[in-house]
Amino acid sequence: MKKLRTTLTLLLACAAAPLAAQTVAITGGRVVVGDGSAPIENGIVVIRNGRVVAAGAGVAVPADAERVDASGRWVTPGLFAGFSRLGLLEVDAVDASNDTAASSGPFSAAIDVAPAINPRSAPVAVNRAAGITRAVVAPVTARSIFAGQGAVIDLGSDMSAVTRARAFQFVELGEQGAEEAGGSRAAAHVLFRNALREARELSGNGRIDGGGGASRRQGANDQRDLPLEEVPGAEERTLGNRANRSDDVLLTRFDAAALVPVLTGRQLLLVHAERASDILAVLALRLEFPALRMVLVGAGEGWTVARELAASGVPVIANALSDLPDAFERTAATQSNIGRMQAAGVRVALGMLGEDEARMVRVTPQLAGNLVALRNVPGAAGLSWGEAFALISSAPAEAMGLGAELGSLRAGRSADVVVWSGDPLELSSTPELVMIDGVRQPLENRQTRLRDRYRSIDERQLPEAYDR
Amino acid sequence: MKTAAAALAGLLLLTACAGSGGETRSASAGERSGSGAATAVKIDRDPYPSTYRRYPGATTLVTNVTVYDGEGGRIDGGSVLFRDGTIVEAGRSVAAPEGATVIDGTGKWLTPGIIDVHSHLGDYPSPSVEAHQDGNEVTGPVRAEVWAEHSVWPQDPGFSRALANGGVTALQILPGSANLFGGRSVTVKNVPARTVQAMKFPQAPYGLKMACGENPKRVYGGRNQTPASRMANVAVMRATWAKAQAYKRKWDKYEAAGTGDAPERDLQMDTLRGVLAGEILVHNHCYRADEMAIIVDLAKEFGYKVSTFHHAVESYKIADILAREKICSALWADWYGFKMESYDGIVENIPFVHNAGACAIVHSDDPNGIQRLNQEAAKALAAGRRAGIAIPDELAWRWLSYNPAMAMGVADRTGSIKPGKMADLVLWNGNPLSVYARPERVWIDGALMYDANDPRRRPVSDFELGQPGEGDVK
Repeated sequence: MKKLRTTLTLLLACAAAPLAAQTVAITGGRVVVGDGSAPIENGIVVIRNGRVVAAGAGVAVPADAERVDASGRWVTPGLFAGFSRLGLLEVDAVDASNDTAASSGPFSAAIDVAPAINPRSAPVAVNRAAGITRAVVAPVTARSIFAGQGAVIDLGSDMSAVTRARAFQFVELGEQGAEEAGGSRAAAHVLFRNALREARELSGNGRIDGGGGASRRQGANDQRDLPLEEVPGAEERTLGNRANRSDDVLLTRFDAAALVPVLTGRQLLLVHAERASDILAVLALRLEFPALRMVLVGAGEGWTVARELAASGVPVIANALSDLPDAFERTAATQSNIGRMQAAGVRVALGMLGEDEARMVRVTPQLAGNLVALRNVPGAAGLSWGEAFALISSAPAEAMGLGAELGSLRAGRSADVVVWSGDPLELSSTPELVMIDGVRQPLENRQTRLRDRYRSIDERQLPEAYDR
Repeated sequence: MKTAAAALAGLLLLTACAGSGGETRSASAGERSGSGAATAVKIDRDPYPSTYRRYPGATTLVTNVTVYDGEGGRIDGGSVLFRDGTIVEAGRSVAAPEGATVIDGTGKWLTPGIIDVHSHLGDYPSPSVEAHQDGNEVTGPVRAEVWAEHSVWPQDPGFSRALANGGVTALQILPGSANLFGGRSVTVKNVPARTVQAMKFPQAPYGLKMACGENPKRVYGGRNQTPASRMANVAVMRATWAKAQAYKRKWDKYEAAGTGDAPERDLQMDTLRGVLAGEILVHNHCYRADEMAIIVDLAKEFGYKVSTFHHAVESYKIADILAREKICSALWADWYGFKMESYDGIVENIPFVHNAGACAIVHSDDPNGIQRLNQEAAKALAAGRRAGIAIPDELAWRWLSYNPAMAMGVADRTGSIKPGKMADLVLWNGNPLSVYARPERVWIDGALMYDANDPRRRPVSDFELGQPGEGDVK
């Protein structure tokens, strides 16, 4: 413990105050931009007012900059969890602390995770200490193929976690979707079409804006960021008394209204599908609903239809290492899925679906490292180190349409920066400094507190309860 | 029809082996054939005996390789020779016998095969469909009469992933944790087979799966049955052990006398009697430190020994007690928070337990985790070092092979690279505590069961034949 604290103290001696409003130069480290390029030796990262000014070799250090010496360390963008349920629970099996799904509530597509995010939940702090700075947060389906609207969040220690509320709608159109739809994929597709039909009816002829994750508002609960009902004219057409609806509707008015921005392409639609035929059926929906802006999630058999996926331009957020035929929708599962898709030109990001993603996104770098390892397995499709790192930094940001804002150390991006003790994909490495929007983050959490208490057990004078 | 035919074939196989398989039968099996005491009732302790036979393997010498021997020893630039399924010699320089296959291990690592003390492969196999949920007999909190081997589906594709990606050469398959007494475990060699008997690790002792904490009380409390609380968990355990003690007394007396009326047979009690006799090892699912301490006393109260606490996320809080009691802890590196009793999980658990002088084991309980146990060890090791606990890499390998072998009662035959032991070995293409390393070859009893460079040395289960991705790298 002493050693750890000394290291941190040295590293952060110049960074006692919040860094957001300052100019900071991180020097001497091996810099990873996160765009797929190779690491840069002895690079410099300059940050001002919470944004990256420049990163790379030969970058000038402004005279007024505070310097952080990262010699012998790696400097990277913060990790971006491409699919998670982070902030939505404290303990999975403690229902009262678990806001991932509403199994007996009336709403589906209208659900918006933003007000449920708890920046002080233990998993947020634990994953922040592992270098995760942003995350896609999706609700879980219950009683409908539509899970509701997810957010992009940061893992900062402040109370304003939501980077973008209602960034996407999440829908299940594979085995899970079939189950939610009453028992068949065919039913799930009919439900999907019907839902968009109901949304179309509500949208009328007029174009409706909003509901699609407006830009960030500092320090505010982002629920206020242009929800649909605040868009001029939209509320009357969608939720007001003038909104005429057919008699044969299945969705609540609020659910149907929430799908208007999906229908019009204002809001991303994240679709979970694994089986090759499911993936193609999902891609085909765009013929019927050309404005849909889709991102495919899962795609366990994506490699078998990689050409079609690449041609579609639809980004994919895939699990890294699923290699078991644990469901009939994943009989072709292999760890080479991502490598093969990427080689075929598919835009891939790494996410975790069904992998304890409410708590365990901290293993993201391990997953990416394994994809590098595959390069040395004959017949497998692995990634270069830079490609693998991009999967957990810039690629998720780009899949969410936020690549200009987040996910890399390119100029202008939010200064989410991690200084690592070593190769960030390696099992022995750990973050020593984490910044989000240029603000240095605490790395302590209840796990480090427990560690420190039980590093040595000594109750000769007092119980362990007094050791803190 | 096909099912019937397969069952018949299985019967024939068993019959054939029962007639000729003396060398793999336990001593107690001999009782069945009887040697004079015609009227006495004999309990067969091994009615589903192992039919495993090692596959042929070449005499092999791996040279210039970094060796972790699994017990804490390390040889840089070392050589290991194995022949006829057995390790012959390990050292800095070993001469190649005539005709031996010599493998240059430069830049590579040779370790004992990884042993997973906690798996549900086969009893919760892939695909994870309802018809395959065979790991928990959720019909009563005391189900010591069920045996995991009667659920294991040898065609689970997960076995091959554990072999090829995980370097796992042996594993213990346990019943689940819904019950206080979950049933018997089975220890298998990770060798593809048509029957579970053909996977069974010869002469491995049985284990008894027990569970404390949330699961049993949730399952039965939810039905308004006992146990509905932790105190009832303990009460039902105690009542059951008391019954087992009486059962054991009766049968011990009867078997010693060799005559008289045989006591009534009770399959639950047979298992518990085996525990009380020290023949069956207790593997107790238990998360919380305070509950483990209760179980330690409970075991003393009834005169049995806990081999291992599984999922013991709070072992670090009582590492001193576990060291004193010589009880192993089977642990994840970093799982936490999935239920209340796992809330206090920390990554330093394994090194803290090790550092206290207690036995630490990296376990999976998961068909994905079993493919990366080496990586789990590496994460725990690194966290320990950051907390100031300097454990050498080669010593950490104990968590992956020797300690689990000990916990399962097979450390005299596998789990380390020592002359005379089973040649259960993995050649890694790099440092196996790095994320970038993978198994290059895996030998089980000296037979090459996986070779990354040879697609024909990659098992493909029946389930995968004719499916998309058959025979693919996985």
